[in-house]
Amino acid sequence: MKETHNYTLYHPKWYRERVSTYWWARQWSYFRFILRELSSIFVAYFVVLILFLLHALSQGPESYAAIQEWLRTPFAITLNFISLLFTLFHTITWFNLTPRAMPVRIGGKRLPDWMIAAPNYVAWVVISAIVAWFVIGG
Amino acid sequence: MIDTITLEVARYRPEQETEPTFERFEVPFNKDWVVLDALNYIKDRLDGSLSYRWSCRMGVCGSCGMMVNGEPKLTCATFLSKYVPGPIRVEPLRYFPVVRDLAVEMTDFMDKLKSVKPWIIRQEERPLSEGEYLQTPVQLDNYKQFSMCINCMICYAACPVYGLDHHFIGPAALALAQRYNMDSRDQGTDERLDLLSQHEGIWGCTFVGECTKACPKNVDPAGAIQQYKLKAATEWFKSFLMPWGRK
Repeated sequence: MKETHNYTLYHPKWYRERVSTYWWARQWSYFRFILRELSSIFVAYFVVLILFLLHALSQGPESYAAIQEWLRTPFAITLNFISLLFTLFHTITWFNLTPRAMPVRIGGKRLPDWMIAAPNYVAWVVISAIVAWFVIGG
Repeated sequence: MIDTITLEVARYRPEQETEPTFERFEVPFNKDWVVLDALNYIKDRLDGSLSYRWSCRMGVCGSCGMMVNGEPKLTCATFLSKYVPGPIRVEPLRYFPVVRDLAVEMTDFMDKLKSVKPWIIRQEERPLSEGEYLQTPVQLDNYKQFSMCINCMICYAACPVYGLDHHFIGPAALALAQRYNMDSRDQGTDERLDLLSQHEGIWGCTFVGECTKACPKNVDPAGAIQQYKLKAATEWFKSFLMPWGRK
């Protein structure tokens, strides 16, 4: 912003409102946006948790049992439940945003948004099913 | 049916006051009236000193953008009937310095608009005798949505990123850059890349998405920016995998 002019009678003094620190609390859409930004912390938490699990696995049965013990504590269950909610929120909003970043045209016509978003959900379900099969069935 | 509706209009007279105040005006309620009609009534009948910008009163010129009950709106397309029983709070566009009453300073936006080179750039101009640059309807359709921008700055008033960091180039200017990047007649993508790929350019955008919701012309600046991000990331990845290729 150029503010090269000084205030004179003929060059008015501008008024600039300061953006409040709580700008995100004043509008639902902004609040939702901040929640979405926050959700990445929980996504990162799950990644770190998986790394810890893998590390424990490599250290042998005792250390894996120790981490399982921790996972059974009410604190861990609550934390994981909240993280799951945030991760779901993150995933769903992310999938729904893909059509905006990837307009696909076939034969000169733009595909409807749901056709871009749907394959994400399908892939999600399929991959989750495979993982579940490994964990539970396999 | 009500006869009148109250408007709370932000007043800022720099020679008299150090910060804006609100003044209440009672105007006739007419279901065909938009907020701009009410402001014109105030200026004509109640207080001639009220300052605001307007021109076409039909959603084309982009001059009359203001905050109406906290949302950025073209006042010529915002009906009083939507806000019954009132009061309706009218303020200058958010995040811009206020010059007087409802008029904001827009040099910053104008500079940013110019900085993205929103015109067709050719490596070499074709002589006039060779005729115009032709384009198919599909090629036109590629960028047409982004070309509907009327520079009303409503997307800037909706964008918290711009509010917090005035160096951010902002939705309209970025969408317009993308409009020319996607134009089959344009060859200026590389020239725009340096500016657009800065932190203040596309990467400053955190995809709040409010610009698109607020846009009175359905331009979808947020979409334009994400599409450009995707393209920039793909280009970077390509140059990373094939450094011998084109820059």
